[in-house]
Amino acid sequence: MLQGVGLKKYFPATRGLAVGRPRGWIKAVDGVSVQVAEGETLGIVGESGSGKTTLAKLFLLLERPTAGSLRFDGKAIEAFGRDDLAAYRRAVQAVFQDPYSSLNPRMRVEHIVAEPLPRDNGLSRAGVRDRVGEVLQLVGLRRDSAALYPHEFSGGQRQRIAIARALVTYPKFIVLDEPVSALDVSIRAQILNLLKGLQERLGLAYVMISHDLAAARYLATRLAVMYAGQLVETGECDAVYARPLHPYTQALLSAALPLHPSARRQRIVLTGEVPNPMNPPAGCRFHPRCPHAMPQCRTAEPVFKEVERGRFTACHLY
Amino acid sequence: MTPPLLVVDDLKTHFFTRRGITRAVDGVSFTLRAGETLALVGESGSGKSVTCLSLVRLVPEPAGRIVGGRVLLDGEDLLGKSPAEMRRVRGKQIAMVLQDPMTSLNPALTIGTQIGEVVRLHQGLRGASLRARALEALRRLRIAAAETRLGQFQHQLSGGMRQRVSSAIAMSCAPRLLIADEPTTSLDVTIQAQYLDLLKEVQQATGVAIILVTHDFGIVAANADRVAVMYAGRIVEIGSTLDVFNAPAHPYTRALLRCLPDIDARGGRLVEIGGQPPDLTRLPPGCPFAPRCSERQPRCETEYPAAVSIDDGHVANCWVAVAAGARPR
Repeated sequence: MLQGVGLKKYFPATRGLAVGRPRGWIKAVDGVSVQVAEGETLGIVGESGSGKTTLAKLFLLLERPTAGSLRFDGKAIEAFGRDDLAAYRRAVQAVFQDPYSSLNPRMRVEHIVAEPLPRDNGLSRAGVRDRVGEVLQLVGLRRDSAALYPHEFSGGQRQRIAIARALVTYPKFIVLDEPVSALDVSIRAQILNLLKGLQERLGLAYVMISHDLAAARYLATRLAVMYAGQLVETGECDAVYARPLHPYTQALLSAALPLHPSARRQRIVLTGEVPNPMNPPAGCRFHPRCPHAMPQCRTAEPVFKEVERGRFTACHLY
Repeated sequence: MTPPLLVVDDLKTHFFTRRGITRAVDGVSFTLRAGETLALVGESGSGKSVTCLSLVRLVPEPAGRIVGGRVLLDGEDLLGKSPAEMRRVRGKQIAMVLQDPMTSLNPALTIGTQIGEVVRLHQGLRGASLRARALEALRRLRIAAAETRLGQFQHQLSGGMRQRVSSAIAMSCAPRLLIADEPTTSLDVTIQAQYLDLLKEVQQATGVAIILVTHDFGIVAANADRVAVMYAGRIVEIGSTLDVFNAPAHPYTRALLRCLPDIDARGGRLVEIGGQPPDLTRLPPGCPFAPRCSERQPRCETEYPAAVSIDDGHVANCWVAVAAGARPR
């Protein structure tokens, strides 16, 4: 349904005032090709600075790609006319991490939730109110919450309001940017269950950005692992967790702590830090931290290719 | 058996606000031995951080006040000390590492100045010996090129490096107790693993006792010897990490452990804990978890549960456990 081909997003790095030639380019997303099919959940995992949020912004048209293209239902976004764009914006919605900053404290819930509805939605006032009440019920809130302000709700309820706002335009596709990381542990399960239930009932597709590998596993059907602006591995979620191919994925999964004190896992401890996005290492971007680095990793950039059925990775080991 | 390093007995810290009295910490008791790690887990507002601040008497006044209890460090009551005496305890005997090193380090001072400040105040070192001690502190936390780092500012360091620097400052005067308040929340997963391993290494070398505040049960499982679960300002269950994970006695602990998505298993729906954490200004008379508890009994709504021993050193406050035959403490 949604497809990105060779997406790149570079931000100019300037010193002080943004005049003159930039000192360099921050390669936030550097050649990512990815697709999301109807009804599936693509989990995008990676550490901070790996480019996952920039990729989400590209999907939401909050940033325009420096290179590469985005296709929706077979049509390139660049070729979109006004009506296509409006339709895209209705079909693609977002839920952000922090429900304390993503809801305007001075707006009533009914206005927050109705805001994505286009001006000429053809609905009467009563029609809008009806739709708002309907989505509030969908996310497990009472219809009469519409008259309240965000501060009258707890963190978990606010995230439900944010989800209701995303649902109001009958979207096909929702970008979830760390949807539970700002919430309390006991509330996370409620929101994850709600998201899963909504997906089953409404046939939504999700892109879920997360650094919480356990939460990503719960929702995602397919997983994409990013490192330094590039994809290093994609595949069916269960297959990737059971047998990660790329050494970075292996290290990332092994660093996640098991939930029981007697469960000990073989831990691959990475040395060093995430590379500078302005000047990533030559060859494979992971080679300075990779326990399996070979001479060719320093010079040749590995190609992202299918190494097994449905399993893609960019690594010279395969 | 050696006497415990730290004894906290019925500690109460309340906040007096226009909306009423918030009982942030309402009768917390635990002990800690040298070289031991106790994890404090709970949701936001459960009183973990206020407990830690109370131990070093840094509760924001005048709204917040320690209204009762004792805190004994090596037998000396910290709550009876004068502000000047407390200043000699902080940094020297009890040190803290906070969640976000971006805000706990001073952006305008070099790393060297910030380590030097602590060492100069508590150990009276000057000049070359001060510098040598600062370098030693950085090297113990595995900071490469320590000489260069002394002259650098926090913005020149990565997140993981910053947290190691603030830990180096905390450990520079060889404290007896280290309070680490969510030390890895702002770090990436792979860096988090590095940091926690390093902290364990430092503990083995120095015998420092650690109070580790976290909401991540993975961190508890991997790093804590004992764990205390907090809810609405009280410890509802405390015990060795193995006991608590193997046989959680309090319904809240059980629910918390069950509602976490497990990275090793892809299941159906997660078990939810319904409802919201309680309002601390209007706590119910009985067990504060009762309104959300699936095993609630009539008694739970009227009377705060007694402490019962589940096993040696494993204690829970729950009427359900009492009814199940646990003996009162």
